[in-house]
Amino acid sequence: MKKIQRLEMVDICKSFHGVHANKDINLTVNSGEILGLLGENGAGKTTLMNILYGLYQPDGGQIRINGKPIKISNPVESISHGIGMVHQHFMLVQNHSIIENIALGYKDTPFFFPKIKIRERVKEFSRQFDFRMDLNQKVWQLSAGEQQRVEIIKALLNGADLLILDEPTSVLTPQEIRELIDILRRMKADGHSIIFISHKLDEIMDICDRVTVLQKGQIVGNADTKDMDKQGLARMMVGRDVSFKVDREKLEKGSQVLSVEDIHVTGDKGLPAVKGVSFNLYKNEIFGIAGVAGNGQRELAEAITGIRKIDTGSIRVNGQNITNMSPRKIYDYGVSHVPEERIRFGIAPGLFLYDNAILKQHHLKKFSKRYFLKYNQVKNHAKTIISDFKVSTHSINNQIRNLSGGNIQKLILGREISEQPDLLVASHPTYGLDVGATEFLRQHLLQLRRQGSTVLLFSEDLEEIFELCDRVAVIFAGELMGILEADDQRLCDIGLMMAGSKRVGDNTHLPENNQV
Amino acid sequence: MEEIIISTIQRTMVAGTPLLLATTGEVLCERSGILNLGVEGVMAVGAVVAFIVTMTTGQPWLGVLAAVGAGMAISVIHAFASVSLQANQVVSGLALTMLGLGLSGMIGKPYVGRPLSIKMENVEIPFLSDIPYIGQAVFNQSPFFYLAIVLALVSWFFLERTRLGIQVRSTGENPKATETQGVNVDLVRYWSVIIGGGFSALAGAHLSISYSKSWVEGMTAGRGWIAIALTIFALWNPGRAIWASFVFGGIFVVQYLLQPLGISPNFLAMLPYIATLVILLVISFRDPRKLNAPAMLAAPYKRGER
Repeated sequence: MKKIQRLEMVDICKSFHGVHANKDINLTVNSGEILGLLGENGAGKTTLMNILYGLYQPDGGQIRINGKPIKISNPVESISHGIGMVHQHFMLVQNHSIIENIALGYKDTPFFFPKIKIRERVKEFSRQFDFRMDLNQKVWQLSAGEQQRVEIIKALLNGADLLILDEPTSVLTPQEIRELIDILRRMKADGHSIIFISHKLDEIMDICDRVTVLQKGQIVGNADTKDMDKQGLARMMVGRDVSFKVDREKLEKGSQVLSVEDIHVTGDKGLPAVKGVSFNLYKNEIFGIAGVAGNGQRELAEAITGIRKIDTGSIRVNGQNITNMSPRKIYDYGVSHVPEERIRFGIAPGLFLYDNAILKQHHLKKFSKRYFLKYNQVKNHAKTIISDFKVSTHSINNQIRNLSGGNIQKLILGREISEQPDLLVASHPTYGLDVGATEFLRQHLLQLRRQGSTVLLFSEDLEEIFELCDRVAVIFAGELMGILEADDQRLCDIGLMMAGSKRVGDNTHLPENNQV
Repeated sequence: MEEIIISTIQRTMVAGTPLLLATTGEVLCERSGILNLGVEGVMAVGAVVAFIVTMTTGQPWLGVLAAVGAGMAISVIHAFASVSLQANQVVSGLALTMLGLGLSGMIGKPYVGRPLSIKMENVEIPFLSDIPYIGQAVFNQSPFFYLAIVLALVSWFFLERTRLGIQVRSTGENPKATETQGVNVDLVRYWSVIIGGGFSALAGAHLSISYSKSWVEGMTAGRGWIAIALTIFALWNPGRAIWASFVFGGIFVVQYLLQPLGISPNFLAMLPYIATLVILLVISFRDPRKLNAPAMLAAPYKRGER
């Protein structure tokens, strides 16, 4: 018998700086049930769950367990009521070992020799859920999937009957997602309740029994997933119809924009990350690089945009050799970059929105004169980006760190393509975005292609690759396994190529001599 | 020659003692994520309070106790500024140093140059002190010396082998994650700063009632700053702080040895500080990720902020 048979949140309200994050929210979850919480970025899903977990205090409303009202003023109380949470950004101490992380939050950790004494208990639990991990490993050495398992163990050890998972799949590989779903089904059969936050419709349809849809802090719909289809859910979430197909008209290939010749790049760990990659890009095309994360995509993107040094080989943009030039020079030659880690490399979090709107462009004549910035022009430019790219913010005089991830991404994209780059290097541009924002971003990439630019798109999302790209390359262990036209039949084997077990050779499909 | 060696070792131990006490305190404080640049000032307050109380009551241990209490009390200022107000810790720490130095100079004015007649007897460890050469040098020392080593070992055990230690270290690494695990981050940081301050004051007490047995303004002579450098040098590990402190103590003593060889005393007085600089440089050139510095050191943490 689980402690939590039924959990209700009644009329919950919460606002930040006068803006409603949650308004009159009512939801219920029962034992043995998986409730999906669906909504766009900034819809208030995470805020609501942080209230349930005691990290925020609601301005109004009530939380009830089995019909009895309870007060949760901090995470300890929430844990003692049987609520556990796995945050989107894992709440783990990276420099500590797995066992130290578990000991930190486990309520029965003894005072002396905590690591030694709880080890047996943790091992037993790991066996039960089939987690195999060396408990002495440091967290930073673990993959995202393994870190998530540590989080789940932490919650279960503390006796969580209700587990909240905040966008649990956004960092996982397809294989890890399947494993997670298995674990969740096992927990459900065991009588646990689960709240599953996501903006991926397929997952919600697949895993959840019921779904509650949030929009701008308010509930806009409740449904049993068996009565719903994907289209209907998407309509509920965005408030209008969403097209899952994008139109990509045929365009003639233009002149050569980028030529990468046999480049070798060293990764962070001092090992070769890119080994002899060559390819050419042309006007009016989107070139996709598919592959499982960590196979040299990041290093390749950084080499082209000048952030990382190239050991050997050369890179040309419009015939100009830009090998190992500074990022600023490369930008001036028409190469824009939407980086992978947007917070770390895409923005300066503490600066205002309008400052961030001209990063890398501050030296252009239109934004500066001698030693001074022309703030009027800068602010107007920021306003244009905000309205063109539908960045939702109440003011441009706002630190950019206060924006949600999706809005930050929109601003970065707006900044990077506002100057009509010849080449846009985009790494996972729609990662973590909801369907509305994703559709919007993809339309912009296609528009860029129509206007004669080239897009080099790094993505793990195969659907995205197939929808957008004219040509696709697959990268594995720092080498290209093949470059294929989007309509090439052999792309069915893309899974094998991503796993490195198949290589597709050079042939007539590739008019210019692409040595792979 | 024999005598010179013994006295050098002996004096090295004495010179290293206040460094070890202050460094241990700073390690505890920084492991919780708070940078405390007030060590020098708290040390001075500890020195003057210990001296005055010992002189008026005739009880050296009462002096020590009063010094620790005063050091803890004045450290609350830094804790309040950096934890509750989320102020810049560098500014607040520097302010604490200036306040401590000024305050100690003011209340210690009537006591400048007065010798302390009360003695703290050396503790001679039976049998061990009979070891030739090092026996008398290492095992016949002031109680502060043993206290410093024991406290450093206890601190190491506390940080590495207790639940509270994991909580303190996690607070310095990732306060948000620590809070979600039900730890009161602010409370941990307050106590770490306060206890760290107690250690600094203890180091000051050693200077005034055991080392020089007198009070003069500025007698801490930059030892607080060296302790902050030693914290980095010891890679935030109280165990490593033990030998690191005595290496630095040795550098203090070497200047007296080299003086008869005709090397300028002014140059020699610079040695500890030059050594600090060199070590900071060497460490900075190494891979910062291997440094083991608390990830959120000196970063203010505010509850419930996105």
